[in-house]
Amino acid sequence: MTQANTPLEYRSHQSQMNILGFWIFLGAEIVLFSTLFASYFVLEHNTAGGPAGQDIFILKDVLIETFLLLTSSFTAGLAIHFMRNNAKNDMIVWTIVTLLLGAGFLYMEINEFIHYVHEGATIQTSGFTAAFFTLLGTHGAHVTFGIIWISLLLFQIAKRGITEKTSSKFFIASLYWHFLDVVWIFIFTFVYLKGMVG
Amino acid sequence: MSLDEFFVTGDPLILGSQIAIGLTMVGLVALITYLKRWKWLWREWFTTVDHKKIGIMYILAGVLMFFRGGVDGLLMKAQTSRPELGFLDAQHYDEIFTTHGVIMILFMAMPLLIGIMNVVVPLQIGARDVAFPKLNALSFWLFFVGAMLFNISFVIGGSPDAGWTSYFPLAGKEFTPGVGNNYYAIALQIAGIGTLATGINFVVTIIKMRAPGMSWMKMPIFTWTSFVTSILIVAAFPIFTVALAFMSLDRLFGTHFFTVAAGGDPMLWLNLFWLWGHPEVYIVVLPAFGMFSEVIATFSRKNLFGYKSMVYAVAGIAFLSMLVWVHHFYTMGNSAAVNSIFSLTTIMIAIPTGVKIFNWLFTMRKGRIEFSNAMLWSLAFIPCFTIGGVTGVMLAMAAADYQYHNTMFLVAHFHYVLIPGVVFAVFAGLYYWWPKMFGFKLNEKIGKWHFWLFVIGFNMTFMPMFFVGLDGMSRRMYTYSESTGWAPWLGFSAVGSVVMAAGFAALCYNIYWSFRYASRDVGSDPWNGRTLEWATASPAPHYNFAVVPEVDRIDDFWYKKKEGKTGIKKSDLKPVHMPSNSWTPIFLGVAFGIVGFFLVFEWFTLAVISSILIVIGLVANSFDYDDGYHIPVDELEEEEREWRGELK
Amino acid sequence: MKALKRGMLLLTMLAIPLFLAGCDRLIVFDPKGPIARSLTDLIVYSIIFMLVIVVVIFVLFGYIVWKYRARKDDGDFEPKEEKGNHTLEIIWFAIPIVIVIALMIPTTKTIYEVEDVPQGYEEEEPLVIHVTSADWKWIFSYPDQDIETVNYVNIPADHPVQFKMTSAGTMQSFWVPELAGQKYTMANMQTKLYMVADNPGSYYGRNTNFNGRGYAHMDFEVQALERDDFNEWVQEVKDTANQLTEDEYAELLKPTIIGRKTYNQTHLQWIDHAHGGSEKYLNPELYEIHHGGEEPAADEQTENTEQEQVETEENASESSSHEGHSHH
Repeated sequence: MTQANTPLEYRSHQSQMNILGFWIFLGAEIVLFSTLFASYFVLEHNTAGGPAGQDIFILKDVLIETFLLLTSSFTAGLAIHFMRNNAKNDMIVWTIVTLLLGAGFLYMEINEFIHYVHEGATIQTSGFTAAFFTLLGTHGAHVTFGIIWISLLLFQIAKRGITEKTSSKFFIASLYWHFLDVVWIFIFTFVYLKGMVG
Repeated sequence: MSLDEFFVTGDPLILGSQIAIGLTMVGLVALITYLKRWKWLWREWFTTVDHKKIGIMYILAGVLMFFRGGVDGLLMKAQTSRPELGFLDAQHYDEIFTTHGVIMILFMAMPLLIGIMNVVVPLQIGARDVAFPKLNALSFWLFFVGAMLFNISFVIGGSPDAGWTSYFPLAGKEFTPGVGNNYYAIALQIAGIGTLATGINFVVTIIKMRAPGMSWMKMPIFTWTSFVTSILIVAAFPIFTVALAFMSLDRLFGTHFFTVAAGGDPMLWLNLFWLWGHPEVYIVVLPAFGMFSEVIATFSRKNLFGYKSMVYAVAGIAFLSMLVWVHHFYTMGNSAAVNSIFSLTTIMIAIPTGVKIFNWLFTMRKGRIEFSNAMLWSLAFIPCFTIGGVTGVMLAMAAADYQYHNTMFLVAHFHYVLIPGVVFAVFAGLYYWWPKMFGFKLNEKIGKWHFWLFVIGFNMTFMPMFFVGLDGMSRRMYTYSESTGWAPWLGFSAVGSVVMAAGFAALCYNIYWSFRYASRDVGSDPWNGRTLEWATASPAPHYNFAVVPEVDRIDDFWYKKKEGKTGIKKSDLKPVHMPSNSWTPIFLGVAFGIVGFFLVFEWFTLAVISSILIVIGLVANSFDYDDGYHIPVDELEEEEREWRGELK
Repeated sequence: MKALKRGMLLLTMLAIPLFLAGCDRLIVFDPKGPIARSLTDLIVYSIIFMLVIVVVIFVLFGYIVWKYRARKDDGDFEPKEEKGNHTLEIIWFAIPIVIVIALMIPTTKTIYEVEDVPQGYEEEEPLVIHVTSADWKWIFSYPDQDIETVNYVNIPADHPVQFKMTSAGTMQSFWVPELAGQKYTMANMQTKLYMVADNPGSYYGRNTNFNGRGYAHMDFEVQALERDDFNEWVQEVKDTANQLTEDEYAELLKPTIIGRKTYNQTHLQWIDHAHGGSEKYLNPELYEIHHGGEEPAADEQTENTEQEQVETEENASESSSHEGHSHH
């Protein structure tokens, strides 16, 4: 099981189980986000006299957010690449870049929300805003959690180096990060683009 | 909020319970202190990550909740035993049927089944523990804290009162303004996270930790059903998580997911609830099917008839269970086409279920049926569950459901499914696996009392409900007039519930009696079992197996016994790696409980401040690099010698 | 042990006559109109199948358990292992499929049937009555006649009626077991239910969907009248009943248990709850609970009913709407 060609993060049985367990957790997350999407589609047109999506969405900001998050997924991939090459410093640098891009995304999203609130669309306005803010908010909360989690791992990698344990932890966090990216692509397509069309 | 709003006041029944709870708590603390058991509790139980101990704690909590839910049931039966009784008022009755439902499904059935899964599954697959022992402990503590939070509602703040289904708009803030339904939203959320983690844990455990040689089709049937149930948990519980989150947002932050006003859609709740709720029924029933299969095979001294078709049937039931949720609201004004399709998917569940019933019958055929207590429960299950099943088919026919829906007929049906299907199974499982957990058997004679009282009481209680339902009585009515003519049925039913309660009391007495007097000399394999849990000592040692067994076929242990190959060689002993105890699971559980409590009362500042505790727990967990410890070979040898005799 | 078994036998013997005596009088088996009759026919059809299944399984179960029970002298008996039997397994897979088909055909037929005007009445224009459920009362509006009743509804016998149903708040379910089965009433939505009564008479109706403290009392009476009597009753209401005012209507929607009422005009002129707007009538404060407290507005129950009652011969007995449950 410990052949040289097995990636470091897969070498121990416990790590394999951790990674499998995380994939199954991501399965549960898919169900969770599917439910949020389905509920959003049900409530999408229930604006109850409040603003609808096409009244308030700003495509430019959303495009920047998309760019930031997609890029961060790429840099997270680079970090994993350097981890496998046992290049600790490069890995740390690209992880920090990932975190900064994630923080940039969050900053943009919070601004976007503030803008909506000024436009008269708070979470309490209508069925539509409730579903919209909850779907987006759940994704945003996941990103926030991811940033904190990966920051903690950064400390551990800096202190312990790239080991069987730290690498498997970091690999799992990167799976999570990519997953959030995928969710965002769905949000971008089915909430923003669809909402702009009306 | 003033103090008399904080504590529920004004009802002598509740005042009595408040005093009783207070005294019990003080008494418990005093007793533990007097016996100097705090350290022991902390070391052996509160911080344990051993799947067997966690399983036992689940079972203990489940039995406790069974008592609470049972008392709720008895109060309901007492109130409706005669027309126009004033024993409970409408509000009190509403709270009681709500808590009865929630507690029995989520805090009785679930922990008892998950508890037995915890104890048995790793042993059955020859593993040393589950895949994630610490997560397993966290699951338990989240469940336990959720259950306790839910339970204090009737003395602090007021109980939820919108039914266990908590249908909107009724469960919205406009119609139930108190904190009662906040308890529902928050406590079930906390417990639900724990259950989801259990699901993930067992999926990975069963995929990755089976003994060498145990391929999928050589797995014990109970492990199979636990596996399918775990997958259902992973697939269904996130839906409930979202539904409860929406509910919390509606109630605590004034959003409009399910409200009548501002574009909310109450029917979204019904759909989300049953998208989770129907699979949930199978989540509790499938492992129960597995237990019956094990018990019936063991006490017929035969292998399970049609093992493969049993596995396919379980998978088929699980798949169909995701496609039937609309049958809970045929009367919502769906189109005839929708109702027809969901009638079909629902009735189709009868096909794999029928296959299972016949397989059980044919397992017993040409066997040697021994009427041990575990077997008695499995036998009683077949006819009782058949009644539940056929009435289920009747309810599944959408047009006919226009007459059954929300009536006592429905109530009778699901009690005929869930009590034989889950409670009988848990009893069978407890009698069967008790020696593996504790090293002694429950008394068979007292067990017979438990069995007959409970089964007779059960039929007396629920059979009349079919008839009052067909006679126009809807569910959840706290009172009715004399002129309805329902009084004799309901009076008879109330008597039955007392008989059933006497059966439960017999079980409690049995546990007490057996703890004190039962013989400790039962050996490792008291029932002549077929699966791997019987290959190790009773009670199972904390490392489960000194040498991980190898498996060549299904029921491998049964054949190895005949071939005389169950022994282990001294030379095979190697140090066993074990996980260390951890304080983080219980710490996180309590932290979630505190935050949850503040959220229930909408004290948001306190909730935010106390959520720092959760962050501390998570960070501590992330920085925890404890690798566990190893049990040296001498220690293993000594423990094994104690029950096996000298090792070769 | 023996005493227990004897006790069980005794109980069974007691229970059987009780069940049998009850069965033929059960309300669901006693339909009084074509729609309920097709539901009952379906139910009886399914019960026959179910009884056969139950008997087969019980007999097989009893036989196997008895025949293969452990005996004291066969302790060494080692039963033969059986893997399974493909023929048998295919048989008990196939038979249920046949049963499913046999059940689905009449089920689907009945599902479509009850969503439409019953056979034999297609030519007649159904009387339309709007049903609005509120906490904890039933409001019936006759848009063509321009009258409104509370907690009772009069319909012409032998004539199709279409109920258009909605709710002013919580969800209820409108059930008249002898005439039509049931359907939900939901705010912001409209459900439809057809009903025909063969003969004049009084029929029991109630809410089956729990909606708070007053739920148990949320029943109503369906009174089927001869065509002429019905018209006469409408005229009498128009001549004698009070006008329904907007204030009175708002009062009506408060969470209370009240008796019967009859009005000229309907609330549909101000609001149809099927199309939203119900929230302006809602007041959460009225739903606050007080433990050990009194029943919701029980005091209103008696005083209003008498004075505003339109005198008709049937509702002399309005104190108990279970009268509709005629066979008791």
